Amino acid sequence: MYDFQLLKPETLTEAVAALASGEAQALAGGQTLLPTMKQRLADPGTLVSLTAIAELQGVHQSDGCLVIGGATTHAEVARAAKASFAALAALAGQIGDPAVRNRGTIGGSLANNDPSACYPAAVLGSGATIVTQAREIAADDYFLGMFETALGESEIITGVRFPLPLKAAYVKFAQPASRFALVGAFVARFENAVRVAITGASNNGVFRWAAAEAALSADFTAEALDGHRLAADDMMSDLHGSADYRAHLAAVMLKRAVLAAV
Amino acid sequence: MKTVTMTVNGAQVSAETEGRTLLSAYLREGLGLTGTHIGCDTSQCGACVVHVDGKAVKSCTVLAQDVAGASVRTIEGMANADGTLSPLQQAFQDCHGLQCGFCTPGMVMSAAALLTENPVPTETEVRQYLEGNLCRCTGYHNIVKAVMRASGQDVSGIYT
Repeated sequence: MYDFQLLKPETLTEAVAALASGEAQALAGGQTLLPTMKQRLADPGTLVSLTAIAELQGVHQSDGCLVIGGATTHAEVARAAKASFAALAALAGQIGDPAVRNRGTIGGSLANNDPSACYPAAVLGSGATIVTQAREIAADDYFLGMFETALGESEIITGVRFPLPLKAAYVKFAQPASRFALVGAFVARFENAVRVAITGASNNGVFRWAAAEAALSADFTAEALDGHRLAADDMMSDLHGSADYRAHLAAVMLKRAVLAAV
Repeated sequence: MKTVTMTVNGAQVSAETEGRTLLSAYLREGLGLTGTHIGCDTSQCGACVVHVDGKAVKSCTVLAQDVAGASVRTIEGMANADGTLSPLQQAFQDCHGLQCGFCTPGMVMSAAALLTENPVPTETEVRQYLEGNLCRCTGYHNIVKAVMRASGQDVSGIYT
């Protein structure tokens, strides 16, 4: 990888100032960014590490929501969210492998918005809010497409606020080598609505499946999804799975998620 | 260049680094601790796993400057004080948990982290925890057996 300068600020204010200078890029756990830089697909002049900023760490409850600091690792979410939001904790505990989970962060995953990442499904599927130093962004407005988000140039995800569903589950068909979701389905049942988000399937990244939401809002059972199937038109197609296969898997994963929802 | 100081296997050490210097390179080239292996260099294989402040990480995907001041443990710090193999290392030998040995440092470090978190893991838990450590020789069964034995469990029923 090309050389760069590493800065490690201890406050959010310092980090925002450091990022404002031209070629700087934020570095969270680095589990995606560093391999990308090794392949010389990214070449930032300065990396601003977010790992020493205390206010970006931790999991706590506030006003009936679960608030997770942007630089909180997957391992910590898997541990600390278990009691309050089991589906989210289970999702975090299945990302990558234990060593990756000890470094990778929720903010890093969401800022990257990999079309096969797990966290985007939880955020969109539970209608969470992305909090930055400047504003709050609803999940429905945040994910703009493959590797694209609503984040501005020097905007840092300081936290994510999850409303707590009555029932929820995430089920993925793990790509056996990478553990990314070949297709993953997150379902969350709230008092007035059901939300469904599918990751790993679409060329446009994570998306909500409106027809499945309507069917599950009327009847929260796996049978309610009988006959529902996504069109394969916009699905990813690669050596791991064709577009048709992914469209089919989405329905299968969602049914399993509904059955697993607690 | 910037001097990075950390505690490695209990001793305070320093080495010169660039921004891009990986923890794996810091250990191997800066300190001469070549027991930490670099297999894939893409955070897939786990041969480079070390502990940073008690947590298993892939040292090829961590910047040395980002963990300045941390406490790091490598395979060189795993043996008993008298130089004999630790129970976990001995179990790898006893169970033939290695063949070429290239993945073994990472396997031992991951397994040690598992046993700290979960002193008596089930066979499934061992296999899941070692998902990020690839071995191309053993077929994994003897590695799983070694970790189970190191945790004091009867391994006679596992893939004899």
